[in-house]
Amino acid sequence: MALKQTASQTIGPFFRYCLTPESYGHAGIAGASLQAPGLKGEKIRIAGRIFDGAAAPVTDAVVEIWQADAEGVYPETAEPGKFAGFGRTGTDASGQFQFDTIKPGTVPGRGNAWQAPHIGVIVAARGMLGHIFTRLYFADEEVANAQDQVLASVPADRRRTLIATRGADGVYRFDIYLQGDDETVFFDV
Amino acid sequence: MTTKNMTNAGLPENEMPKNELSARDWSVHPPYFCETYKSTVLRSPRQKLIPIDHTLSETSGPGYGEPSIGTLGPDLTKSAVKNGLPLGERIIVGGRVLGEDGRPVPHTLLEIWQANAAGRYVHEADQHDAPLDPNFLGAGRCVTDADGRYSFISIKPGAYPWLNHPNAWRPAHIHFSLLGPSFSTRLITQMFFPGDPLLPLDPIYNAVPDEEARSRLVCDFSIELTKPQWALGYSFDIVLRGKRATPMEI
Ligand SMILES: [Fe+2]
Repeated sequence: MALKQTASQTIGPFFRYCLTPESYGHAGIAGASLQAPGLKGEKIRIAGRIFDGAAAPVTDAVVEIWQADAEGVYPETAEPGKFAGFGRTGTDASGQFQFDTIKPGTVPGRGNAWQAPHIGVIVAARGMLGHIFTRLYFADEEVANAQDQVLASVPADRRRTLIATRGADGVYRFDIYLQGDDETVFFDV
Repeated sequence: MTTKNMTNAGLPENEMPKNELSARDWSVHPPYFCETYKSTVLRSPRQKLIPIDHTLSETSGPGYGEPSIGTLGPDLTKSAVKNGLPLGERIIVGGRVLGEDGRPVPHTLLEIWQANAAGRYVHEADQHDAPLDPNFLGAGRCVTDADGRYSFISIKPGAYPWLNHPNAWRPAHIHFSLLGPSFSTRLITQMFFPGDPLLPLDPIYNAVPDEEARSRLVCDFSIELTKPQWALGYSFDIVLRGKRATPMEI
């Protein structure tokens, strides 16, 4: 039986009390920290800002991430108190988001290839009729990045939009430009 | 390195698409840029999306099920009660979550949110001059059963004004968020009600390019889901990207 996909519609401006409802007195299914007791791997913080085509901060977006653990394994179930591989947070008044997580390991690619450590990123907001996918790679994984098939499919001059750089504070910066000269690479996943 | 990795890596290219999903169907999904929906002007990417050949990163996904319901359950008329039941017309919404191949998507989480009967959201940024209902939050969660069926109880939401164009009103709708079986099956959408005179005027609804796909965003009144002496029922099926059909499966 062939059915047609249900069409996407914007998340709108009023999702917070459902999707990131902590300030409304309810726990979200996932939050800005993926860390869990006993979780192996290098603890990292990722922070970034989201900008629109006029370089104004996008203050009402939701950002979701999906990643493997330090050994490159994607969790199959999401149980409270355990690493679920999934995080969700909203942008603040300056368009900023932040995740506390662990650095993912290399994961299998197509054929015999391995993929460089990366994190899948979804952004949704008012004014976006569909959510959008991108990937976060790590600047300190130069060798693995150079062999990554997905990065290789991106025009060389735009690859930097996918690579988080580590600042002096140890935080990986990953700004997302929805539009404009620095537009982030978005994928048709 | 774990066993899981070893089994997923090293397969010949022609065996990889086993769990590969069908593509996002751009004949049903709205484009990012829509002239009549003003906020898309600066928030729509202008470069072409770059296709990714699916890997485990796209075909795997977080497994949120029953344990994630927490304090936001499937009865939105009960979850925020302070001194009585919420005002408005009680409704039952139910249906199935299916893949494009028609197979049910079992044990998958739906997150839902909506305005109250007066067209007002609890969200602190909603400034519409309409009353909040002290007994209604308007957020809930439910999980599909083994046959992909879900249902929740709520209040019929009201229409509300917005600033997109002069005298702009959103038709009554309920927001839905689903992750589905993989990170790529993620769907965020809105369900509308049959016969709403605002539908032909709504730029968001009409951004869906295909008339048939638009009409599938409108739920159906269902006498089967309607509970005697209690509440009207509406049915709404949701189709996520499914496994790519192979000739064997047709
Ligand atoms: Fe809405």
